[in-house]
Amino acid sequence: MTEAPPVKARGLVKRYDEVVAVDHIDLNVQVGDVYGFLGPNGAGKTTTLRMALGLIMPTEGTVELFGRDPLREGARALEGVAGFVEAPRFYPYLTGRKNLELLAALDGDGANERIDEVLQIVELSPRGGHRVGGYSHGMRQRLGIAAALLRKPRLLILDEPATGLDPAGMRDMRLLIRRLADEGITVLLSSHQLPEVQELCDRVAIVDRGRVVYEGALADLRRQGGAGYRLRSTDDTRALAIARAQAGVEHVIGTPPTPHGLSFQADEQHVGALSLALGAAGVGILALTPELATLEDLFFRLTETNGAAGSEQAGADGREDPTERLAQAS
Amino acid sequence: MSSVAASPAVPAPGGAGGLSFKRPSTLTAYRWELRKLISQKRTYMGLGLAVILPIVFVVFQNVHQRHDHGGNNPFARQITQSGLATPVLMLLFLSVFMLPLIAALVAGDIVAAEDGNGTLKTILTRSVDRGQVFAAKALAAVTYATIAVFLSAAVATVGGVASWGFNQITTYSGTVVSAPEGLLLVFAANACYLIPLLTVASIGVLLSTVTRNSAAAVVGTVGIVILLFIVGQIPGLEGIKPYLLTEQFENWHGLLRTPTDWAPIWHSLWLCALYAVPALFAGYLVFLRRDVAGG
Ligand SMILES: Nc1ncnc2c1ncn2[C@@H]1O[C@H](COP(=O)(O)OP(=O)(O)OP(=O)(O)O)[C@@H](O)[C@H]1O
Ligand SMILES: [Mg+2]
Repeated sequence: MTEAPPVKARGLVKRYDEVVAVDHIDLNVQVGDVYGFLGPNGAGKTTTLRMALGLIMPTEGTVELFGRDPLREGARALEGVAGFVEAPRFYPYLTGRKNLELLAALDGDGANERIDEVLQIVELSPRGGHRVGGYSHGMRQRLGIAAALLRKPRLLILDEPATGLDPAGMRDMRLLIRRLADEGITVLLSSHQLPEVQELCDRVAIVDRGRVVYEGALADLRRQGGAGYRLRSTDDTRALAIARAQAGVEHVIGTPPTPHGLSFQADEQHVGALSLALGAAGVGILALTPELATLEDLFFRLTETNGAAGSEQAGADGREDPTERLAQAS
Repeated sequence: MSSVAASPAVPAPGGAGGLSFKRPSTLTAYRWELRKLISQKRTYMGLGLAVILPIVFVVFQNVHQRHDHGGNNPFARQITQSGLATPVLMLLFLSVFMLPLIAALVAGDIVAAEDGNGTLKTILTRSVDRGQVFAAKALAAVTYATIAVFLSAAVATVGGVASWGFNQITTYSGTVVSAPEGLLLVFAANACYLIPLLTVASIGVLLSTVTRNSAAAVVGTVGIVILLFIVGQIPGLEGIKPYLLTEQFENWHGLLRTPTDWAPIWHSLWLCALYAVPALFAGYLVFLRRDVAGG
């Protein structure tokens, strides 16, 4: 028997009056994934995660955690699941440790015995006896992680856990997530930190205005983004004209005269043809270097189109083809 | 977390399958609700009022040393003859507005405050069901109101007895009862008063759940009490008077008669159930289905 996937969302919709916060989102998080959930502000990430945790009710669609729907099964659906959406919140008038004791009591299952351990993991042991009201933002964020770890989760849902952390805090958060993942915890991580996602995640979903514009392996996304090349020549103006005229060479960008030359996308065969064409025209090639699209490039290409263009691009079934959009952009 | 590598191992992920799932008891959730109350300043505001008002009353009476209040309340006339008249008078004074206010102060806050500061999402992502959290909160609100009533009664009794002695007392029907019996009656009267007061607390919990705003819920609850009280004073509306929640605040008077008049107590019991049960049930349903989007 194969185990139900940690997160499976189908056709999730959340409407607030006329605002469609989440618009038919499907998600598939597999066991062992460090799954990045990306999108610009207001894309619907937090709303989706709230529905996954059973905090808000979907207008349409379903979400299951390990095969259990939080809407129907309540707390039972959260078995083995922990995390937080937006900033983790605690009782400011209780100490960090008392907060954890309270949450452990609401977890049952001997969570109370793990308090020292989790405080140590997030390095809050010395401040555990202080009121949360006096904690810094970073300390609360770490207490949030500690509270999640109390549950011995198999799935950790984290909504921008590094928000507001200093560089060292961010690095530590990354290391901790990496370590948790290495120990077999599946992580669903919503993030704005593209380098963080690039470093941690193997699979991603990119959402924009409530819709998934890409879901799949990060490596596939980068491949789909197309192999890019950068060219510097003895005469960039002519090189630009030649490249634009060359079959199989696409997305040629460059505003010569520029010391940085131009960039374009093409497969190897067409790159070869272009270099011959440049030679024949007497344009010397100073540098011709392949560049793999960064997640940042892809993210902007997928999400930075205006609202009207976005809806025009939507297919007849209301879904967009991300490859099409990747190709159309830039 | 700067020395992550040196930190102890992360707790191993829980075992697969659902066999291990153990929901904590509602009693556990209730105990923590009480602990939260104990740790909050607001809690002591209400209890402080419940303690200070009887003290002020006793001190004031001691200073003035008036033997006859001239009123037609037999307990007011006996104030300096028996210390047990003090808790009865205090209940009479506080039952109309102060104790409902004290009950509303916590009941109106108990759900809404957690909505406002975002901790509701924290506790609702643990292993307790929403229904359990609601039950724990409603129980805590009711416990608080109960404590306020008996605390106030205890202070009034101690203050009264210390000032004017543990003496026999004459009830509404003119019967003289011994001091121990009088003490028992004081306790029973307060217990009867809990019937309408806990109903007020239930309404507070409902408003707290629905409005998601502590101030609105507290003011709303007190507003309902005041409104019903005013309705009870309108001439021509005598017919509906027995069905007003605020009229039940006097249900305990029947106890201070010989023979005991149980009718108003039974009446308040079913009537208050008609207010409290739908309020709690509606609050429960709203709490089960509502979006927790705060924080
Ligand atoms: N409770 C609510 N009432 C009304 N609108 C809401 C509510 N919650 C979210 N929205 C709207 O839904 C959309 C998605 O919000 P959401 O918080 O899910 O975005 P997000 O992707 O998490 O953004 P961010 O990166 O800024 O955290 C936004 O337009 C937001 O205004
Ligand atoms: Mg968000």
